[in-house]
Amino acid sequence: MTASHHPLAGKVVFTRVGFLRGLRACPPLVVGGLPFGLVTGLTAQAHGLSLLEASLMSLLVFAGSAQLIVLGTWVAPVSVLSASLTSLTVNLRFLLMGPLLAPWMDQVRGWRRWLSFFCMIDHNWALSLKEIETGQPDAAYLVGSGVPIWISFLLFTVTGHVMGSLVATAPGHPLFFAALATFVALLLPMWRGRSDLMPWLVAGGVALGVSQLLPGTSWHIVAGAVAGGGAGLLRERWTRV
Amino acid sequence: MHLDPWNLLAILGMAAGSFGCRAGGYWLFNRFNPSPAVRTVLSYVPGTLFVSYVVPAVAHGGPKEWIGAAVALLTVKLTGSLIWPIFTGTAAAWLVWLLP
Repeated sequence: MTASHHPLAGKVVFTRVGFLRGLRACPPLVVGGLPFGLVTGLTAQAHGLSLLEASLMSLLVFAGSAQLIVLGTWVAPVSVLSASLTSLTVNLRFLLMGPLLAPWMDQVRGWRRWLSFFCMIDHNWALSLKEIETGQPDAAYLVGSGVPIWISFLLFTVTGHVMGSLVATAPGHPLFFAALATFVALLLPMWRGRSDLMPWLVAGGVALGVSQLLPGTSWHIVAGAVAGGGAGLLRERWTRV
Repeated sequence: MHLDPWNLLAILGMAAGSFGCRAGGYWLFNRFNPSPAVRTVLSYVPGTLFVSYVVPAVAHGGPKEWIGAAVALLTVKLTGSLIWPIFTGTAAAWLVWLLP
Protein backbone atom coordinates (compact mmCIF):
# COMPACT_ATOMS: atom_id res chain seq x y z
CA MET A 1 0.00 0.00 0.00
CA THR A 2 1.68 3.25 -1.00
CA ALA A 3 1.23 6.20 1.32
CA SER A 4 1.99 8.87 -1.29
CA HIS A 5 -1.50 10.41 -0.99
CA HIS A 6 -1.82 9.87 2.75
CA PRO A 7 -1.87 12.99 4.98
CA LEU A 8 1.13 11.53 6.86
CA ALA A 9 3.27 11.17 3.68
CA GLY A 10 6.75 12.58 4.27
CA LYS A 11 5.98 13.45 7.90
CA VAL A 12 6.57 10.16 9.73
CA VAL A 13 9.32 10.08 12.37
CA PHE A 14 10.62 7.43 14.78
CA THR A 15 11.75 9.08 18.02
CA ARG A 16 12.10 8.63 21.77
CA VAL A 17 9.07 10.89 22.24
CA GLY A 18 6.89 8.48 20.26
CA PHE A 19 8.36 5.52 22.10
CA LEU A 20 7.49 7.13 25.46
CA ARG A 21 4.01 7.99 24.19
CA GLY A 22 3.47 4.30 23.42
CA LEU A 23 4.98 3.34 26.77
CA ARG A 24 2.42 5.49 28.59
CA ALA A 25 -0.43 3.81 26.71
CA CYS A 26 0.64 0.25 27.46
CA PRO A 27 -0.16 -0.44 31.19
CA PRO A 28 -3.72 -1.69 30.43
CA LEU A 29 -2.25 -3.90 27.68
CA VAL A 30 0.37 -5.31 30.06
CA VAL A 31 -2.42 -6.14 32.52
CA GLY A 32 -4.44 -7.63 29.66
CA GLY A 33 -1.50 -9.89 28.83
CA LEU A 34 -1.19 -11.14 32.41
CA PRO A 35 -3.79 -13.93 32.12
CA PHE A 36 -2.43 -14.96 28.68
CA GLY A 37 1.13 -15.19 30.01
CA LEU A 38 0.24 -16.98 33.23
CA VAL A 39 -1.98 -19.51 31.47
CA THR A 40 0.66 -20.05 28.75
CA GLY A 41 3.28 -20.81 31.43
CA LEU A 42 0.88 -23.07 33.34
CA THR A 43 -0.04 -25.01 30.19
CA ALA A 44 3.58 -25.36 29.08
CA GLN A 45 4.54 -26.74 32.48
CA ALA A 46 1.59 -29.14 32.45
CA HIS A 47 2.71 -30.52 29.05
CA GLY A 48 6.28 -31.16 30.14
CA LEU A 49 8.14 -28.19 28.66
CA SER A 50 11.13 -27.03 30.69
CA LEU A 51 11.26 -23.48 32.02
CA LEU A 52 13.90 -22.71 29.36
CA GLU A 53 11.68 -24.06 26.55
CA ALA A 54 8.59 -22.22 27.78
CA SER A 55 10.59 -18.98 28.07
CA LEU A 56 12.15 -19.36 24.62
CA MET A 57 8.70 -19.92 23.13
CA SER A 58 7.21 -16.75 24.63
CA LEU A 59 10.35 -14.80 23.72
CA LEU A 60 10.42 -15.88 20.04
CA VAL A 61 6.79 -16.73 19.17
CA PHE A 62 5.13 -14.02 21.29
CA ALA A 63 1.56 -15.03 20.41
CA GLY A 64 -0.49 -16.08 23.43
CA SER A 65 -3.48 -17.61 21.67
CA ALA A 66 -1.31 -19.54 19.17
CA GLN A 67 0.94 -20.85 21.93
CA LEU A 68 -2.06 -21.91 24.03
CA ILE A 69 -3.61 -23.86 21.16
CA VAL A 70 -0.32 -25.59 20.25
CA LEU A 71 0.55 -26.33 23.88
CA GLY A 72 -2.91 -27.78 24.49
CA THR A 73 -2.06 -30.63 22.09
CA TRP A 74 1.68 -30.84 22.87
CA VAL A 75 2.96 -34.43 23.17
CA ALA A 76 6.57 -35.64 23.08
CA PRO A 77 7.96 -36.01 20.45
CA VAL A 78 6.25 -32.90 19.12
CA SER A 79 5.29 -32.56 15.43
CA VAL A 80 7.34 -29.60 14.17
CA LEU A 81 5.16 -29.16 11.06
CA SER A 82 1.87 -29.26 12.93
CA ALA A 83 3.09 -26.82 15.59
CA SER A 84 4.41 -24.42 12.92
CA LEU A 85 1.24 -24.59 10.78
CA THR A 86 -1.00 -24.09 13.81
CA SER A 87 0.99 -21.00 14.80
CA LEU A 88 0.66 -19.73 11.21
CA THR A 89 -3.10 -20.36 11.15
CA VAL A 90 -3.91 -18.85 14.52
CA ASN A 91 -1.94 -15.74 13.56
CA LEU A 92 -3.48 -15.30 10.09
CA ARG A 93 -5.37 -12.24 11.30
CA PHE A 94 -2.01 -10.42 11.48
CA LEU A 95 -1.75 -10.71 7.68
CA LEU A 96 -4.78 -8.43 7.42
CA MET A 97 -3.65 -6.12 10.20
CA GLY A 98 -0.11 -5.28 9.07
CA PRO A 99 -1.03 -3.48 5.81
CA LEU A 100 -3.23 -0.99 7.68
CA LEU A 101 -0.10 0.36 9.38
CA ALA A 102 1.36 1.32 5.98
CA PRO A 103 0.96 5.11 6.52
CA TRP A 104 3.63 4.71 9.23
CA MET A 105 5.65 1.69 8.11
CA ASP A 106 6.21 2.86 4.50
CA GLN A 107 8.42 5.56 5.99
CA VAL A 108 10.17 3.44 8.62
CA ARG A 109 13.26 1.50 7.47
CA GLY A 110 15.33 -1.51 8.47
CA TRP A 111 15.28 -2.98 11.97
CA ARG A 112 12.83 -0.34 13.22
CA ARG A 113 10.20 -1.57 10.78
CA TRP A 114 10.70 -5.27 11.50
CA LEU A 115 10.88 -4.77 15.27
CA SER A 116 7.63 -2.81 14.96
CA PHE A 117 5.94 -5.74 13.25
CA PHE A 118 7.48 -8.24 15.66
CA CYS A 119 5.89 -6.57 18.68
CA MET A 120 2.54 -5.87 17.00
CA ILE A 121 -0.36 -7.46 18.87
CA ASP A 122 -4.10 -6.86 18.49
CA HIS A 123 -4.29 -4.14 21.12
CA ASN A 124 -1.33 -1.91 20.30
CA TRP A 125 -2.23 -2.30 16.63
CA ALA A 126 -5.74 -0.94 17.35
CA LEU A 127 -4.25 1.95 19.36
CA SER A 128 -1.72 2.65 16.58
CA LEU A 129 -4.52 2.84 14.00
CA LYS A 130 -6.19 5.50 16.16
CA GLU A 131 -2.87 7.37 16.27
CA ILE A 132 -2.60 7.22 12.47
CA GLU A 133 -6.23 8.34 12.04
CA THR A 134 -5.63 11.36 14.27
CA GLY A 135 -2.49 12.28 12.30
CA GLN A 136 0.17 11.38 14.90
CA PRO A 137 3.45 11.12 12.92
CA ASP A 138 5.65 9.20 15.41
CA ALA A 139 5.79 5.52 14.43
CA ALA A 140 7.90 4.55 17.48
CA TYR A 141 4.58 4.46 19.35
CA LEU A 142 4.05 0.83 18.23
CA VAL A 143 7.43 -0.33 19.60
CA GLY A 144 6.95 1.75 22.77
CA SER A 145 3.64 0.09 23.50
CA GLY A 146 4.77 -3.33 22.23
CA VAL A 147 8.15 -4.01 23.86
CA PRO A 148 6.82 -3.78 27.46
CA ILE A 149 4.03 -6.22 26.51
CA TRP A 150 6.63 -8.58 25.01
CA ILE A 151 8.91 -8.48 28.09
CA SER A 152 6.05 -8.74 30.58
CA PHE A 153 4.52 -11.63 28.59
CA LEU A 154 7.84 -13.45 28.98
CA LEU A 155 7.94 -12.71 32.73
CA PHE A 156 4.31 -13.81 33.18
CA THR A 157 5.08 -17.05 31.31
CA VAL A 158 7.96 -17.75 33.70
CA THR A 159 5.67 -16.98 36.66
CA GLY A 160 2.97 -19.28 35.28
CA HIS A 161 5.48 -22.09 34.74
CA VAL A 162 6.72 -21.78 38.33
CA MET A 163 3.11 -21.59 39.61
CA GLY A 164 2.27 -24.69 37.58
CA SER A 165 4.23 -26.92 39.90
CA LEU A 166 2.41 -25.42 42.92
CA VAL A 167 -1.25 -25.05 41.84
CA ALA A 168 -3.43 -26.80 39.28
CA THR A 169 -5.79 -24.60 37.19
CA ALA A 170 -9.01 -26.24 35.97
CA PRO A 171 -9.69 -25.87 32.20
CA GLY A 172 -12.86 -23.76 32.68
CA HIS A 173 -11.32 -21.46 35.29
CA PRO A 174 -12.56 -17.83 35.05
CA LEU A 175 -8.94 -16.65 34.97
CA PHE A 176 -9.04 -17.59 31.26
CA PHE A 177 -11.90 -15.10 30.75
CA ALA A 178 -9.61 -12.13 31.46
CA ALA A 179 -8.06 -12.59 28.01
CA LEU A 180 -11.46 -12.43 26.30
CA ALA A 181 -12.54 -9.45 28.41
CA THR A 182 -9.72 -7.35 26.90
CA PHE A 183 -11.06 -8.05 23.39
CA VAL A 184 -14.69 -7.39 24.38
CA ALA A 185 -13.66 -4.04 25.85
CA LEU A 186 -11.97 -3.01 22.58
CA LEU A 187 -15.22 -3.44 20.60
CA LEU A 188 -16.79 -0.23 21.85
CA PRO A 189 -14.00 2.17 20.72
CA MET A 190 -14.00 0.30 17.37
CA TRP A 191 -17.65 1.13 16.67
CA ARG A 192 -17.76 3.97 14.10
CA GLY A 193 -21.54 4.30 13.86
CA ARG A 194 -24.54 2.77 12.12
CA SER A 195 -22.59 2.05 8.92
CA ASP A 196 -20.77 -0.68 10.90
CA LEU A 197 -23.94 -2.51 11.97
CA MET A 198 -24.51 -4.69 8.89
CA PRO A 199 -20.80 -5.56 8.34
CA TRP A 200 -20.47 -6.47 12.05
CA LEU A 201 -23.55 -8.71 11.93
CA VAL A 202 -22.17 -10.47 8.84
CA ALA A 203 -18.74 -10.85 10.50
CA GLY A 204 -20.22 -12.31 13.68
CA GLY A 205 -22.48 -14.73 11.78
CA VAL A 206 -19.75 -15.97 9.42
CA ALA A 207 -17.23 -16.30 12.27
CA LEU A 208 -19.74 -18.30 14.31
CA GLY A 209 -20.44 -20.65 11.39
CA VAL A 210 -16.77 -21.20 10.49
CA SER A 211 -15.79 -21.71 14.14
CA GLN A 212 -18.21 -24.64 14.21
CA LEU A 213 -16.83 -26.10 10.96
CA LEU A 214 -13.13 -25.68 11.84
CA PRO A 215 -12.79 -25.73 15.64
CA GLY A 216 -9.37 -25.14 17.20
CA THR A 217 -8.10 -22.87 14.40
CA SER A 218 -8.35 -19.14 13.76
CA TRP A 219 -9.90 -19.46 10.29
CA HIS A 220 -13.18 -18.14 11.68
CA ILE A 221 -11.46 -14.85 12.58
CA VAL A 222 -10.05 -14.47 9.07
CA ALA A 223 -13.33 -15.54 7.40
CA GLY A 224 -15.49 -13.28 9.57
CA ALA A 225 -13.19 -10.27 9.17
CA VAL A 226 -13.07 -10.61 5.36
CA ALA A 227 -16.81 -11.37 5.01
CA GLY A 228 -17.65 -8.36 7.17
CA GLY A 229 -15.30 -6.16 5.13
CA GLY A 230 -16.90 -7.46 1.93
CA ALA A 231 -20.34 -6.65 3.32
CA GLY A 232 -19.08 -3.13 4.04
CA LEU A 233 -17.91 -2.79 0.43
CA LEU A 234 -21.30 -3.98 -0.92
CA ARG A 235 -23.07 -1.58 1.43
CA GLU A 236 -21.04 1.37 0.15
CA ARG A 237 -21.62 0.39 -3.51
CA TRP A 238 -25.33 0.11 -2.74
CA THR A 239 -25.76 3.48 -1.07
CA ARG A 240 -23.68 5.35 -3.68
CA VAL A 241 -26.20 4.72 -6.53
CA MET B 1 16.39 -26.57 32.32
CA HIS B 2 16.76 -29.03 29.42
CA LEU B 3 16.30 -28.03 25.78
CA ASP B 4 15.02 -30.85 23.58
CA PRO B 5 16.17 -30.39 19.93
CA TRP B 6 12.69 -31.26 18.54
CA ASN B 7 11.06 -28.83 20.95
CA LEU B 8 13.53 -26.16 19.85
CA LEU B 9 12.72 -26.83 16.17
CA ALA B 10 8.97 -26.62 16.90
CA ILE B 11 9.48 -23.32 18.76
CA LEU B 12 11.50 -21.91 15.83
CA GLY B 13 8.82 -23.07 13.38
CA MET B 14 6.11 -21.43 15.47
CA ALA B 15 8.17 -18.23 15.63
CA ALA B 16 8.47 -18.26 11.81
CA GLY B 17 4.68 -18.71 11.64
CA SER B 18 3.84 -15.78 13.90
CA PHE B 19 6.44 -13.36 12.51
CA GLY B 20 5.58 -14.43 8.94
CA CYS B 21 1.99 -13.33 9.53
CA ARG B 22 2.91 -10.13 11.37
CA ALA B 23 5.29 -8.84 8.69
CA GLY B 24 4.06 -10.87 5.70
CA GLY B 25 0.77 -9.01 5.12
CA TYR B 26 2.55 -5.68 4.84
CA TRP B 27 5.28 -7.22 2.67
CA LEU B 28 2.70 -8.71 0.24
CA PHE B 29 0.70 -5.49 -0.02
CA ASN B 30 3.86 -3.59 -0.89
CA ARG B 31 4.39 -5.85 -3.90
CA PHE B 32 0.80 -6.01 -5.09
CA ASN B 33 -0.85 -2.60 -4.99
CA PRO B 34 -4.41 -3.10 -3.69
CA SER B 35 -7.42 -1.76 -5.59
CA PRO B 36 -9.86 0.79 -4.07
CA ALA B 37 -12.26 -2.11 -3.38
CA VAL B 38 -9.60 -3.90 -1.31
CA ARG B 39 -8.92 -0.67 0.56
CA THR B 40 -12.63 -0.30 1.37
CA VAL B 41 -12.78 -3.88 2.62
CA LEU B 42 -9.70 -3.25 4.78
CA SER B 43 -11.23 -0.09 6.28
CA TYR B 44 -13.91 -2.33 7.83
CA VAL B 45 -11.45 -5.02 8.95
CA PRO B 46 -10.42 -3.63 12.36
CA GLY B 47 -13.98 -3.80 13.68
CA THR B 48 -15.07 -6.98 11.89
CA LEU B 49 -11.89 -8.77 13.02
CA PHE B 50 -12.55 -8.13 16.70
CA VAL B 51 -16.22 -9.05 16.26
CA SER B 52 -15.11 -12.33 14.64
CA TYR B 53 -12.84 -13.04 17.59
CA VAL B 54 -15.36 -12.19 20.30
CA VAL B 55 -18.69 -13.53 18.97
CA PRO B 56 -17.74 -17.25 18.67
CA ALA B 57 -15.74 -17.15 21.93
CA VAL B 58 -18.72 -15.73 23.82
CA ALA B 59 -21.31 -17.84 21.99
CA HIS B 60 -19.46 -21.11 22.63
CA GLY B 61 -19.09 -20.17 26.29
CA GLY B 62 -21.74 -20.34 29.01
CA PRO B 63 -23.39 -17.94 31.49
CA LYS B 64 -19.89 -17.17 32.85
CA GLU B 65 -18.76 -15.74 29.47
CA TRP B 66 -22.11 -14.08 28.66
CA ILE B 67 -22.38 -12.18 31.94
CA GLY B 68 -18.65 -11.43 32.02
CA ALA B 69 -18.82 -9.95 28.49
CA ALA B 70 -21.93 -7.89 29.32
CA VAL B 71 -20.30 -6.49 32.46
CA ALA B 72 -17.08 -5.72 30.54
CA LEU B 73 -19.04 -3.84 27.82
CA LEU B 74 -21.07 -1.91 30.41
CA THR B 75 -17.83 -0.95 32.20
CA VAL B 76 -16.26 0.49 29.01
CA LYS B 77 -19.48 2.41 28.36
CA LEU B 78 -19.50 3.90 31.88
CA THR B 79 -15.78 4.51 32.48
CA GLY B 80 -14.30 4.81 28.96
CA SER B 81 -11.35 2.85 30.36
CA LEU B 82 -9.85 -0.25 28.76
CA ILE B 83 -8.33 -1.53 32.02
CA TRP B 84 -11.36 -1.66 34.36
CA PRO B 85 -13.43 -3.98 32.11
CA ILE B 86 -10.70 -6.64 32.44
CA PHE B 87 -11.19 -6.66 36.21
CA THR B 88 -14.98 -6.19 36.40
CA GLY B 89 -15.60 -8.66 33.55
CA THR B 90 -13.34 -11.32 35.07
CA ALA B 91 -14.78 -10.70 38.56
CA ALA B 92 -18.33 -11.11 37.19
CA ALA B 93 -17.33 -14.32 35.35
CA TRP B 94 -15.69 -15.56 38.54
CA LEU B 95 -18.84 -14.86 40.58
CA VAL B 96 -21.01 -16.77 38.10
CA TRP B 97 -18.47 -19.62 38.21
CA LEU B 98 -18.65 -19.75 42.03
CA LEU B 99 -22.46 -19.98 42.02
CA PRO B 100 -23.75 -23.51 42.55
